[in-house]
Amino acid sequence: MTTANPSIDQATALPLKEKLARTTAIQRRRAFLLTLPLVLFLLISFVFPIGQMLFNSIHNNKVSGVVPEFTTAIQKWDGQGLPSEEIFEIFVKDLAKAKKVREVGRKVGNMATRINYEMPGSRSLFTKSGRKVGKIKQGPYKEALIKIDKDWADPQVWLTLQRASYDISPAFYIAAMDMKYNEAGEIVKADELYQIYLNNFGKTLWLATLITLICVVLAYPVAYLLSVLPLRQSNLLMIMVLLPFWTSLLVRTTAWIAILQTEGVINDLLVYFGVIGEDGRIQMIYNQTGTIIAMVHILLPFMILPLYSVMKTIQPTYMRAALSMGSKPFYAYRRVYLPQTIPGLAAGTLLVFILAIGYYITPALVGGQDGLLISNLIAYHIQKSLNWSLGAALGTMLLVVVMLLYWVYNRLIGIDKLKFG
Amino acid sequence: MTGETPLVRFENIQKSYDGETLVVKDFNLDVAPGEFVTMLGPSGSGKTTCLMMLAGFEPATQGEIYLKGKPINKVPPYKRGIGMVFQNYALFPHMTVAENLAFPLEVRKVPKAEREDRVNKALDMVQLGAFGGRRPMQLSGGQQQRVAVARSLIFDPDLVLMDEPLGALDKNLREQMQYEIKHLHEQLGLTVVYVTHDQTEALTMSNRIAVFEDGIVQQCAAPADLYEKPKNAFVANFIGENNRLVGKVTAITGDKVEVLSDNGDQLVASKVNVEAVGDRTTVSLRPERVFVNPEASSVDNLFSAKVEELIYHGDHIRTRFTVCGHDDFIVKVPNSTANSLLQEGNIVPIGWKMEDCLALDA
Repeated sequence: MTTANPSIDQATALPLKEKLARTTAIQRRRAFLLTLPLVLFLLISFVFPIGQMLFNSIHNNKVSGVVPEFTTAIQKWDGQGLPSEEIFEIFVKDLAKAKKVREVGRKVGNMATRINYEMPGSRSLFTKSGRKVGKIKQGPYKEALIKIDKDWADPQVWLTLQRASYDISPAFYIAAMDMKYNEAGEIVKADELYQIYLNNFGKTLWLATLITLICVVLAYPVAYLLSVLPLRQSNLLMIMVLLPFWTSLLVRTTAWIAILQTEGVINDLLVYFGVIGEDGRIQMIYNQTGTIIAMVHILLPFMILPLYSVMKTIQPTYMRAALSMGSKPFYAYRRVYLPQTIPGLAAGTLLVFILAIGYYITPALVGGQDGLLISNLIAYHIQKSLNWSLGAALGTMLLVVVMLLYWVYNRLIGIDKLKFG
Repeated sequence: MTGETPLVRFENIQKSYDGETLVVKDFNLDVAPGEFVTMLGPSGSGKTTCLMMLAGFEPATQGEIYLKGKPINKVPPYKRGIGMVFQNYALFPHMTVAENLAFPLEVRKVPKAEREDRVNKALDMVQLGAFGGRRPMQLSGGQQQRVAVARSLIFDPDLVLMDEPLGALDKNLREQMQYEIKHLHEQLGLTVVYVTHDQTEALTMSNRIAVFEDGIVQQCAAPADLYEKPKNAFVANFIGENNRLVGKVTAITGDKVEVLSDNGDQLVASKVNVEAVGDRTTVSLRPERVFVNPEASSVDNLFSAKVEELIYHGDHIRTRFTVCGHDDFIVKVPNSTANSLLQEGNIVPIGWKMEDCLALDA
């Protein structure tokens, strides 16, 4: 046909597309309905809380919520010397008003805690002044306040208050990265005593790497054995691999305590056989060693299973073919077998590493001070110190690190090559 | 063999996996240089085990295998220099076709330039010149098969082993590949030991065929001999189609055996595997050696048979008769006008020559 008319083509093509869409519409709707419960569950239990956490890490209204009028006033202050008498007046009145508030999260104590994060030791200044501020009936407010506590004459207090009055601030990320504002309002390194988070991040990454490596070394031969043994033996071995999965995490961890502690099974045996003296008992728990041992044990199946599932598909003829072509066994293993296990190795490594980096319960139980990981610090801020914003900032940083690693991994190996089983 | 050292010699080989039963019982075989020898047999007959022992992946429980006159029982597979094509090709999935082909050369530390050259030649040899950069998974079954063959030949081995290499291909492709492998064998002067359970394949390709059954070589002979002169009932039955009439030997005169079939018919057959008068025997004869309406003088056996079934095959009509008490007697009747009058239920005379019917073991 020389006179092909595109409009006719379109006219015939469109109804076909429409027809197809109509016939598949029901299927698509059904598929969507089937996944709806999960989608809702994920939205409510995963996406929303994570969003909340991300928001919490930059949002804190403990100052603006307690002294709202002062908040607007102090934000206009130029930061030179002390604020004006006018601002002092607003502050005193706001504080007196706040003292009567009973609403959770809007008490003077909440604000005091918030300022205390950045000015350690300043908490009592607020609580004390809060109690006495009601007595100030008239000006000059500045002098009256300083009379209650001379710390109010310190410009640092007001600068900190000004910074904290903004609901959205990077203050918690700054704290999470072991930094602080100095007197000039610049961001500097925190005092050595307070530098804990970055070190802990480093330690967490290092321990997770170490645990992953140990898991690879231990899991590879076991997975290989599993894949080549006859069914009966491999089933037995598989049960032994899976047994930890069927036991409570807590039971397993406490079992390690019983085994590893200084008065535990291993030390007792060593003393009994005279390998070490009674006073030379080895500290194997409540430190990094304990964390490593217990976590390797717990995470090992996550390495073995993906490896096994990949190795199971590698036919023995590949190795035979390589040998028949004159390759020595080790070379054949390196060039032919190992590359084919990469997808399983990648899956196992990623799985174990990401689990390890966020692991909480085991280090909390057997880690002591030395073996605590970043997740334990996050838990501390969420549960004990109640500095949720800092906890959220640390959590977000952990999330970013994991996603960064995931991205690197994807670039190096390709996430589509992963095989979990 | 004729004085020349055989390339491969199996000497009294036995193999047991479990220490109780022998998978291979006393296997002896010589393979001359340039020969194409096929080990044929049903699955579990020990043929693949023999191949694996030759390749070095299974140790012989007893006996010795020689390669070029040297015992190789203690030589590991990678030092034997034997090319091998596996049942599922065993092409390395993580390497390209060219990398797969280069692997044996890489192992032998062949310089890169020469390696590329030889890989290209090998690709051309199997008509896959443009496929070097593909992964094995991106090739069709037949193409993978060609790559596997090329890979086993690229390092110029003295001997190539093939373990049911065409098993995974469909019928047409299988036949085509049979010819291609056969031509490679002839062009390159290869020595091939080939394992298959497909008798047509064995007949088409081989110089000699060793028929395995139950760990024993039943007969080792050229295809024509195997077909025309099977030594026993198993071989006769396994190679090609075959009618069997059972009975008792009543007289032996030279090569001629007289057999009384179980329903009382008297036959004459050639003596192959019967010892004495009174022995039970299976008389074997090929469907294409039976004539319908023969001239009485041209055949040694003549019976009247009832047509049970006619199956149209185009060039011939497979006809099932009842004769000598057997209702599964197959005759390939040429599709000619003279034979077109056969009808189911007809009683017709059929006959065959003495040379075409062999008295074998029971």
